[in-house]
Order: sequence, then structure tokens, then C-alpha cells
Amino acid sequence: MTNVVTTDGNPVDSYLRVDRMPHIWCAGCGIGAAVGCFIRAIARAGLNPDKIALVSGIGCSGRAAGYVRVDSFHTTHGRALPFATGLKMGNPELNVVVFSGDGDLAAIGGNHLIHSARRNIDMTVICINNFNYGMTGGQLGPTTPLEARSSTSPYGNFDPPFNLPHVVAACGATYVARWTVMHLRQLERSIAEALVKPGFSFIEVITPCPTLYARMNKLGQGVDVLHSYQQRCIVQNGADPREVEIGLSGPIVVGKFVDMSRPTFGDHYQKILHKAQKKR
Amino acid sequence: MSTTEDGILQGEFFVTGDEACAEGAIAAGCRFFAGYPITPATEIAETMSRRLPEVGGVYIQMEDELASMNAVLGASWAGVKAMTSTSGPGFSLMMENFGLGVMLETPCVVVNIQRAGPSTGLPTLVGQGDMMQARWGSHGQYEVIALVPSSPQEIFDLTITAFNLSEKYRIPVLVLSDEVVGHMSEKVVMRRAGPEELVARRRPTKPPGQYWPYEPDGDLVPPMAIAGEGYRFHVTGLTHDERGYPAMTAAAQDRLVRRLVDKIRVNRNDIIQLDEMGTEDAEVVVCAYGITSRVARRAVQQARHQGIRAGLLRLITVWPFPEERIRGLAAQAKAFVVPEINYGQMVFEVERCAGGRAKTVLVPHMGGGVHHPQSILQAIREAVQ
Amino acid sequence: MKLWRKPFDQEAKATSPARVIINKEWCKGCEYCVVFCPTGALAMSTEMNVKGYLLPKASDESQCLGCGLCEAICPDFAIFVISKDGERST
Repeated sequence: MTNVVTTDGNPVDSYLRVDRMPHIWCAGCGIGAAVGCFIRAIARAGLNPDKIALVSGIGCSGRAAGYVRVDSFHTTHGRALPFATGLKMGNPELNVVVFSGDGDLAAIGGNHLIHSARRNIDMTVICINNFNYGMTGGQLGPTTPLEARSSTSPYGNFDPPFNLPHVVAACGATYVARWTVMHLRQLERSIAEALVKPGFSFIEVITPCPTLYARMNKLGQGVDVLHSYQQRCIVQNGADPREVEIGLSGPIVVGKFVDMSRPTFGDHYQKILHKAQKKR
Repeated sequence: MSTTEDGILQGEFFVTGDEACAEGAIAAGCRFFAGYPITPATEIAETMSRRLPEVGGVYIQMEDELASMNAVLGASWAGVKAMTSTSGPGFSLMMENFGLGVMLETPCVVVNIQRAGPSTGLPTLVGQGDMMQARWGSHGQYEVIALVPSSPQEIFDLTITAFNLSEKYRIPVLVLSDEVVGHMSEKVVMRRAGPEELVARRRPTKPPGQYWPYEPDGDLVPPMAIAGEGYRFHVTGLTHDERGYPAMTAAAQDRLVRRLVDKIRVNRNDIIQLDEMGTEDAEVVVCAYGITSRVARRAVQQARHQGIRAGLLRLITVWPFPEERIRGLAAQAKAFVVPEINYGQMVFEVERCAGGRAKTVLVPHMGGGVHHPQSILQAIREAVQ
Repeated sequence: MKLWRKPFDQEAKATSPARVIINKEWCKGCEYCVVFCPTGALAMSTEMNVKGYLLPKASDESQCLGCGLCEAICPDFAIFVISKDGERST
């Protein structure tokens, strides 16, 4: 794909609300890089950005909706998925993407996560996992590893975390992947695949939180965290989602874990429409 | 009894209020329902699950009421008229995202078939204890529109009105019914609502690039774009400016909250509906709503037979509250008698607006049943002494 | 510290001379671009932007392959590459 650049603007600028830049994310925060991968994936998948509806929740990751120049909705904490469900079922031609964080999607939004996966509603969920609640100051969240420090676990976290790929795969998601923001090209490719694939696609994106999680757990600066990804990550496409937990140390398994097909919620509903209208 | 080719019912039917509500929504053009079963509103969901697919709409049973409210908002932003229904416990769950609907200025309808509370209360029996919650249930400062039907026919008609008001003013509109009206069966004349009767949200006139989602027109209501048309808008529950972008300042808060409240307040004459019987010369005005208003009508008739100049002011719109009418009647009447199936909610609004110029008397019923006309008549007689 | 191998397709890929453009207002000095660059064409400078962030610079633009890794990793969309004849390929 070739873009002739006629101005000095960054080619992805057409996808950004440049009137709101620079964004609020901290120096070294990985969310911006994940957003960049998302934007390049839209182009890679050849999608019409006018048909993309981006829904986010509350948190640092949720702010992405305010910076990407598509129809975007910054909704309430944990409720991006049902809002997105309404959008998709209201207009099935929309390409609905949910961009939110680990706490928003898996704690307060956990119920909606498991049901949306169960329904196999056709949408793409990008779950930014920085292992804490960043926006509110670094509290523990549903993915905070055991013994990790946070602003609400000063003695170390004793609340066992989720293994998110396991949760969504068990509930029926048809595409489950995990990458870190360091894995730029794989992440971009994964998002592009998920965007065009019918069904519930879930991509967990591990990102550094230099200001809070990394600082509280003495993980260094952003570059040090990325370096730790380089050392800890094992790319294992097709890994069993049950076996990819993340601890404070030890391996981080990344890759595309699940890529299968089953009828989407929309497919099932089409059959019902047919039945109901034939009867009339 | 007949149906048209596209599945809209027309003719006379003997149905419950719940069913009439669902049919009214379909007649109004509602093509999306997301809900959760809850007594005594379940029949609305059941009717929608059967009828929406017949008319090409979407019925989806969500995992809880929080999801239901959000799915309705999402569908509305996809351009579809959307509705949910619930009762007290579910209404409480919907509150945060009802507020999101107010903040995003999303047209939709939320039906509460009230039952006795608090908490689980009496699931199968009537209450009118959510009236103040309807007004103040979500956090922050905002204004609501709430309609109160008193019969299955009226719930059919008012659901259509609710959709019209929600589209016109870009706000979730409440239909506050109660278990008796929801479960009673009466004749309902159903009709298709023609395009001249139905209101659709105002669409943008400016092209993408120049259109901002919260730039209001003269009536304080902004034209509404929907997802997928190329406007590339952003909307947020954060306090925002006309561009839809978060604006974290007191000045932006002032502009936004004033407009959200004023867009209802300045248009209240268009919104408020009342039904009056015998108020022209009344010395005692019975102010009632919902099923209680039907009992009150009997009490007022009985009072008249006993020579008391009693009148009935039936609130069809409870929010915004008809302050001017109460003030007007307070100048002429000696007293207001307010029967309600709670321990005092709307009575305080009546008392506030009466301003001390007329007595205000509450006739409470804790719930689980309706008033006996005798209790209201008794209060009327005491009020004239 | 190098985070990356040499790109496998370095021979196949056209490596026409490339220009590095840095948006000084958006940069937050996180150094990801410098660390990700496979050829060492970038380095941190001593220049600060108006917010006090230390900026990177193209210390040796002749080394730039136009691979775009700096562009991809930058969380602030503050750096990108274009080849000198005005075309860019992804």
C-alpha cells in the first residue's frame, strides 16, 4: 500500500482528531502505540472508516474513543459492550469495535464480557491490559498479578487475577489473541484479521503503565518494561488459553490462541426473522 | 381485529396494559427492544419478542438491566427507535445509564411498570413509589419527561407520545405505569400512527466536517447524526462542549447543564398534558395519576353528589411537573387532596407549588392494592371543613 | 540496546533514502523510537519541547531504512518516515 505524502503530516493523521492532540496519555504509555496499530489495521483490512463505530468505556484506554476520528462513543464504566451490541444489532452494517481496558471490560464489565462472547456478537474487542486501574491512580484490577503492588494492595495483591484469554475462549469467543505493544506488526495483523472476521473477536494487548503499575512494582521506565516483554514473551500461536496466565515474573505467552467459526448472534437472529415473517 | 401487511395491528383488541404498551411502541416505529424479565413488566418483553421479529425489528434479551439500558442507547445511535421496560428493582439498575442517555441526548423510551417497594417488595402488586426516583434517580442535575397512563388504551397512546417527545427533545422519556394498569385487560383501539403523527429526530443540515454533535438549534435541541453516515462524530458522558469533546471546566459545565435542563423547561407547555374534570369551580382539587386517578374520579363524582365542589386534576405528565396549573388552582381552591400509592411523593410537589395558598392533604396507600374511593372521599369532606 | 533483529527482507525491500519527521509538540520523550530503530539512526538530543520533554533526533539520517518501526511504536504519533522522493510504503 503506497501513500504519497504531500504534506508534512503523519499519514495516520486523517484517522486522528488532530485538534485534540497531543493526547493525555503519559510518556511511555503503550495505549497510543496500540491505537496506532488499530489505525493501521483499519487501513490494512481495507475497511471504510465511515462504517466503523468505536465504543469505549472509562479509564485511560477508554480515552482512545476521543482521539480516533471515526463515529466514537465514550460510554459508562463497564458498559461499552452492551452499547456496542445495541449499535451492531441496530445497524448490522456497522463495523463495531470496542476499545477499553482490563478493569473496564473484566471487572465492572465482566458480566457483559462473558455474555457478549457467549452470544458471539459480531464485533472486535481490543482489551488494553496494563494490570491496574491507571486513570484513578493505580489501584488493583482483575488482572493484577498476585503479590503485585498497587495503590490498593500496599502489602501485595492477594486477589487472584483473571486469565483473560481463558475467560473469553471458554465463553465462546471465536477469535482470541494476545500481544504486547512491542509486537507491533503481529498486533496490527491480528486486529486486521479480527476486524474482518465475523463473530466475537478479543485481542488482549499488554502495555506498560510507566507512571503507576511499573513504578509501584519497580519495573523501571517504559523502555525497561518493553525490554522485559522481549525477555519474557513466548510467541505460541494456538496455545491452550487455559495455560497462559501472567504472573509478576515468568513467561508471558502471546499469540493467536483461538481462531474458529460458529454462527454469530446476527446469523441466529436472521433465522428468527425469517421464521416470524413466514408465519405472518 | 385486523393487521396491515407490515404487521402493525389495527382495530379493537381486549388486551392488558403491558401488551398495549408493546403494540403502541410498534405503532410508533420502535424496532429495537432490549430488556430483562421482571414482574410486572415481563409481558412487555414477551410481546416484543413475539411481535418485533414480525415487523422486522430486533428483540434481544440482555443479561441484566444495565445491559438493557445501554443496548437501547446503542441502537438509538444506530438510528433505530428503541425501548426497554422494567419495574422498580430494574429501574434502579438502569439509573446510571439513564443518565448517560440524558447526557448523550439519546432518544429512547424507558417503561417502568411500578410495583410496591422498596427492594424486592411486592413483585406482583401495585405501587407508585418510584415517582421521585423517576425525577432524581440518576446522579447529577438534569430534567426528565415522564408520562403516566391510567388505562391500557392510554398506555398505547402515551407510548406513541413518549417516542415522539424523545425524538423531538433528544432525551430518554419515561412511561411510568403501575402493575394494575399493566395487568388489567380493557378494550384498546389500536391504529397505525401515520407519518404526520410521528416525530423523527432532527437530522444534521451541515455536512461532515462542519457538523458538531451538540450545537443546538433555537429550541436548545441539537440535530442528531447517527453512526455510519460519515459524520465521524465523538460523543462522551464526560461534560462536553458543542464539538462533543470532553471539556473539563466550570464554564463548559454551566453551558451544558443549563441547556440540558432548559431544553425541557422552556418547552414544558408543549410537553405537559393534563386531564381535568370539574376543576373550573372546584373548592377541593383531587390531584392524582395512574390507576389512583380512576379511583379518585369516582370519589370526586361522589363528592359532587354530596354537594361538594370537588374537581379532579389528573396528571398525565408528571415530569416536568405542571407547576403553573397547580399555582393557578391554588388561587381558587381551598385544598388539594393527593391520593397516591406511596407515603407521599408527588404531594410534596403539589404542596410546594400551592405555596401555602391552599391546604395540601396526602391520602397515602403503602402499596399492594389501590385506594378505596371512600378514603379519598373522606379526605375531600375533611378538606372542605 | 537493540530490541530488534535486522529485518529479514531488508534486501528485497526498497531502501530508498528516507527522511525522519519528528513532531516536537506531540513528543513526550519516552525514547521508544530510539530504542526500536534497528540501525541506530535516531538518538536522544538535548533539545526540549515547550512541555519540558527531551526530544529525539535523527542523529544519522543516512542510516534510516524507512522501515517505519519508530512510526509504529511511537505512542504519541510524533514521528514518521517518508522516503526522499515523497513516496512511502508500508
